[in-house]
Amino acid sequence: MFFTKNLASKIALLPMIIISLTVFVGCIIYSFVYSLTGSKLIPAFSYVGFKQYERLFKSRKWDVAVENIFIYGVVFTVGCLIIGFLLAVLIDQKIRGESLFRTIFLYPYAMSFVVTGLVWKWVLNPTFGLEHSMHLWGFEWFQLDWLVNRELAIYAVCIAAVWQGAGFVMVLMLAGLRGIDEDIWKSLSIEGVPKWKSYLFVILPMIRPMVVTSLVLIAAGVVKVYDLILALTSGGPGYATTTPAMYVMENFFSRANLGQAFAASIIMFLSVVCILAPWAFYEFYYRSKEAKA
Amino acid sequence: MNFIIEAKRPKPNMSNIIEANGPKPKHLTIGRIGLYCFILMCALFFLMPLYVMIITSLKDMDEIRSGNLLYIPKILSLYSWPKAWSEACTGFVCEGLRPGLINSLKITIPSVIVSVSLGALNGYALAFWRFKGAYFFFGLCLFGAFIPYQVMVYPLLKIESAIGIYSSLPGIILVHTIFGMPILTLIFRNFYASLPIDLFKAARIDGGNFLKIFFYVIIPMSTPITIVAIILQVTGIWNDFLLGLIFAGRDNQPMTVQLNNIVQVDFGVAEYNVDMAATILTSIVPLAVYFLSGRWFVRGIAAGAIKG
Repeated sequence: MFFTKNLASKIALLPMIIISLTVFVGCIIYSFVYSLTGSKLIPAFSYVGFKQYERLFKSRKWDVAVENIFIYGVVFTVGCLIIGFLLAVLIDQKIRGESLFRTIFLYPYAMSFVVTGLVWKWVLNPTFGLEHSMHLWGFEWFQLDWLVNRELAIYAVCIAAVWQGAGFVMVLMLAGLRGIDEDIWKSLSIEGVPKWKSYLFVILPMIRPMVVTSLVLIAAGVVKVYDLILALTSGGPGYATTTPAMYVMENFFSRANLGQAFAASIIMFLSVVCILAPWAFYEFYYRSKEAKA
Repeated sequence: MNFIIEAKRPKPNMSNIIEANGPKPKHLTIGRIGLYCFILMCALFFLMPLYVMIITSLKDMDEIRSGNLLYIPKILSLYSWPKAWSEACTGFVCEGLRPGLINSLKITIPSVIVSVSLGALNGYALAFWRFKGAYFFFGLCLFGAFIPYQVMVYPLLKIESAIGIYSSLPGIILVHTIFGMPILTLIFRNFYASLPIDLFKAARIDGGNFLKIFFYVIIPMSTPITIVAIILQVTGIWNDFLLGLIFAGRDNQPMTVQLNNIVQVDFGVAEYNVDMAATILTSIVPLAVYFLSGRWFVRGIAAGAIKG
């Protein structure tokens, strides 16, 4: 009885159910189980407890990867949010050619990470790139050797990523700004509040849902970063710009060290959960409170 | 059943959320001149890489070595384009990007069709034919959108080899369908949930069943959201690198993978003009989709971001 009721819908949703269970849940369980083994080239069930995690946390390369993802995560999210908001505010000033500017700010978002990485690799090329242009213009002191500098290479990645993602935040923020009632602007101008103050202290809190959404979507993408770095620096110089995603891929496919890769991927997954959990909790809590009020 | 659609077709719930309201100010004050200067500078920063890409592809290597990155070419050289298209080398094979383009088409077209159809069906079932537990699995599916690919690639590779489609066209199509499902299901469900429920009830009274209502009532009204979904998927799948690299197999490597091989695996002298021509060729499809679709691209972003 239970199964035949609404049968067509159940059949239609069967692919989604199977995929959710086998791929989304199943793969995490699979990865976790095998992260507890000493698997090398092929997954083998040789239980070693949490040794792989111990090894992971002792690995110098993983340390660098984690440090990089922190720098990248902070600079990229903050950069995107600030520039995205700024662009949205600029576009919101009833300027001429608004749709042209919007198109310009968003087009990088249509390009792939590989293309983004390769273009910036060329622009930041220490011999023929922007540095060279500035020298030709007589700014001999100008230095832009980030790609070959171990300390600065990760910031070159950030620049490319912000260039690509800022338009996305702009679109979301602009949608928020355009949802603000005209009356609020009228009363603010009657009160004589300067525009920048209104944006920062009145409008920004009002579009908080959009800010939170942008933040979550961008932050969730941070952990995934792989193609961009592969194209831009290949993880170099040395392994100065390696990231957890690269560490995982390397151990899977070129170093034949499966157990280590599984352990690292589980840590990646847990860090995403840590980013999402507060948001999910906040959404749930906030909404249920709102519903009661 | 047709009259229902004609009489009650609702406006899709995606009004132009980004239209400016009110007239544009007429006077140019100093503040506004400053504003325009600033926004122009931002625009130049955003355009610079595209500009550099195009002019570099039109220079010859001598000029690239001696000249200024930002100057337009003194002598127009069209050498790099045909080379990038059909002669540039990836390792030992020197066929340029052409095979990659064909592979990308072979991957993108079926993947988009399958994933969008499945997303529409899922969204429809979730919006109108809810059953106990359906939303639990929907939640699980949405959660899947946030799991890093690295956690899933290896087990998924094992599943695909077990059913014998790993490293083949069906293999990569399945992978794109799986990873596209959360967002597509979400946007279709949200769209269908915004349609008036009376419409569905009337169709039920008229004797429509699950599939009939889907094909005769729902699909004819789904054009706007389908366009959004297709744009989202075409750009997403075309731009994918990681999944194509792992699941497509050596013979079906998409354009992004070949581009990376061409640029990174450089024996001998690096030809930056060829690299840039190849880079432009790879981004032509998503850029064309972006520039031609205009508003729809923006709607896709908004639709994906607004939670239901």
